Amino acid sequence: MIPETLRENPLAAAFEDIATAARFEFGELTIEVAPENILTALGRLKRDLKFERLSTVTGVDRFPAEPRFEVVYHLQAIAKKQRIRIKARLSGERPEIESATGIYRAADWYERETFDLFGIIFLNHPELRRIMMPDDWEGYPLRKDYPITGTRY
Amino acid sequence: MTTELDVQRAHEQHEKQPGIRTMVLNMGPQHPSTHGVLRLLLELDGETILKAAPDIGYLHTGIEKEFEVKTYQQGVTLTDRIDYLAPLSNNLVYCLAAEKLLGLEIPPLAQWTRVMLSEFTRLNSHLVWLGTHAIDIGAMSVFLYCFREREEILRVFEMFSGQRMMTSYFRIGGLALPHPRGWQKRVKDFVDIFSSRVDEYEELLTNNRIWTGRTKGVGFISLEDMLDLGVTGPMLRAAGLAIDIRKDAPYSSYEKFDFTVPTGTGNDVFTRYQLRVEEMRQSLRIIKQALEGMPSGSHQADAPGIVLPDREK
Repeated sequence: MIPETLRENPLAAAFEDIATAARFEFGELTIEVAPENILTALGRLKRDLKFERLSTVTGVDRFPAEPRFEVVYHLQAIAKKQRIRIKARLSGERPEIESATGIYRAADWYERETFDLFGIIFLNHPELRRIMMPDDWEGYPLRKDYPITGTRY
Repeated sequence: MTTELDVQRAHEQHEKQPGIRTMVLNMGPQHPSTHGVLRLLLELDGETILKAAPDIGYLHTGIEKEFEVKTYQQGVTLTDRIDYLAPLSNNLVYCLAAEKLLGLEIPPLAQWTRVMLSEFTRLNSHLVWLGTHAIDIGAMSVFLYCFREREEILRVFEMFSGQRMMTSYFRIGGLALPHPRGWQKRVKDFVDIFSSRVDEYEELLTNNRIWTGRTKGVGFISLEDMLDLGVTGPMLRAAGLAIDIRKDAPYSSYEKFDFTVPTGTGNDVFTRYQLRVEEMRQSLRIIKQALEGMPSGSHQADAPGIVLPDREK
């Protein structure tokens, strides 16, 4: 569902079939898709729309809203000088989404970081384990219900 | 990505083959060459590294979590620590994002000061890079010379913000403080000597057989791999891709400055070295232009409710 005002935007229009929401604010385009369609969206961006570079993958915890988590992908088309943001919303009890490492190798460590700090599972990731926190840490620090002082000591 | 398990497996494979013995070495978090804490598991064949598995997280200080309990203005002090070799650049990124969301109009004096001090920060960071790179290879004098210049830059920062490193000088809406008296002289003194100092570094390194032997042909990654892995900055420019966000999407009045973005085609450590040295010269050019053309006016935006007005008002 691309809103009327964005139908002329060729980049937004390319996602007509899978976008659940689209916004253009502060000169930046954001497309929201269902988690099942994330590989379609990213694949389309890499092959057809020439977005060579995945800038970052990160998460947002919208507690207590449901769906609780958002996974945010920032991509850059260097030759065309364009940037785009793709979002997918995941539920709180089972935050799972397909890993983008098959399309962009850069996603590897970013997804590990998002898993480490939010607990979002990236299916079929080559090695999904904690990246910054110690391997035996319990809990996901950037969640809103995780205390600022931590859980140890 | 290579993990500890890969290193271990590869090591066991090699040990089974006749005549090949490799060693697994833990380059532990504390090490003079890791410059900050980084743990690498290395599989070595003599001095050649066959596999390297990084283990990171030792520098994770929970800055993102800390932001959650701060107001937007307080957050500026946290940004200094993200890349502690370029604190003002981090301030700038954060302030630009907040100002974009608020729709604030920043006065020209603040914008030009931001450009000037950001370029000083770039010099700061590049001098640390060159000094530490040289000392890791064995050229100890270059390290001391670079840090001598860096001392001057830190004195400039101290003059503007009262702080040598964690300046937090850029705030949402402009600058924290108006310009100090006499800053032009200190900046001019630096500008006058720096160009010859960069010549000095080049004289010591560029045609030095040891330097070229250690850096030419080393560190090749293909351009497609770099883009796929999300690399940006001088590494892409050293492979021939001319991108620089200051030119492609100028911010904070960078479009008013005259400078070139060096690119190369060698795609090895030596090209990246030449590129960064040239970047230092271009930064100096920008600083000169900022010094000569600094506009006058207020150092912060007039936005009551967001930016604290001066006490006199």
